[in-house]
Amino acid sequence: MNIEKKSKNNDIFKKNLILAVLVVVISVIPIVFLKNAEFTGSDDKAQEAITQIDSNYKPWFLPIFEPPSAEIESLLFSLQAAIGSGIVCYYFGYLKGKSKKDEGKNE
Amino acid sequence: MSKKYQVSIGILLGLLFMPKTVFAMHIMEGFLPPIWCIAWGAICIPFVFVGLFSIKEKIKVNPKMKMLIAMVGAFAFVLSALKIPSVTGSCSHPTGVGLGAILFGPLVMSVLGLIVLIFQALLLAHGGITTLGANTFSMAVVGPIVSYFLYKLLKKMKVSQSITVFTSAMIGDLMTYITTAIELSLAFPDATGGVMTSLIKFMGIFALTQIPLAISEGLLTVIIFNLLTKYNKKELRELKVLSEEA
Repeated sequence: MNIEKKSKNNDIFKKNLILAVLVVVISVIPIVFLKNAEFTGSDDKAQEAITQIDSNYKPWFLPIFEPPSAEIESLLFSLQAAIGSGIVCYYFGYLKGKSKKDEGKNE
Repeated sequence: MSKKYQVSIGILLGLLFMPKTVFAMHIMEGFLPPIWCIAWGAICIPFVFVGLFSIKEKIKVNPKMKMLIAMVGAFAFVLSALKIPSVTGSCSHPTGVGLGAILFGPLVMSVLGLIVLIFQALLLAHGGITTLGANTFSMAVVGPIVSYFLYKLLKKMKVSQSITVFTSAMIGDLMTYITTAIELSLAFPDATGGVMTSLIKFMGIFALTQIPLAISEGLLTVIIFNLLTKYNKKELRELKVLSEEA
């Protein structure tokens, strides 16, 4: 029973590891193969396209607050990711602890 | 009662201080004529409204769901903070709303997605307050609805669990950006070719860039789903996400 359970845990770990590696590969491929690309945001591209279609169009409203520099912007982004993953990881830690406890009870 | 409020205020504050997203690939502030801003905003109101009640209802039925709801919200936050390079040479980010839509239904994600978009617009100058309606419609209404129904459909067809989750999250993500392209082309029809010409242009920008990212989002959603299946089968069954025998 125990061995069976362990091998099942390993299965999920392996599966998730492979999936995670795939995600990394997918995002690295463009960087490796498109050496001259700028990798700007696709929203900036859309801005250009709008100006092409209607050269008279002027944004009628400007952002209320804009991060003062690229560094500060990336700070805010990483903060967002950090807080988000903190919550996600907390949740799974909680689940894991809980399932261990339940297991102990059953035995 | 008071504890419930404490927790929801906590979640709200958590969301509030989460600099929302992105660089992304939402429609930029001021870049949608006012009439369209109002129209898309109006369309979203009922979805968000019903979504609020649906969250309340879910927590009432099982107060433990709060944590899971907070987790799927946080998952959307993380994913929309990840600007990932794509084959077109520009960057975009996944939305992360597919997971929540599969677990809780699309309307819950209308609320969570809206919160994400608001903070993104206010703190990061991505997306925008004026374009909030249009962006909510694409990311928090269309995307989750597509994911949700696709999940139901594939499950009925007895497709394997992982593939079902992967496909629904991926197509939902893709549909979000296709919707964005449609919204822009309706507002900016090409002078000679009309809406279709514009649509092709915006599709090339948003949808094409999004394909690899949608695949990534699908894979990440499967990772989370695998973990949930392993540690939290009970709640998944309660939510009728997994059938009893699964």
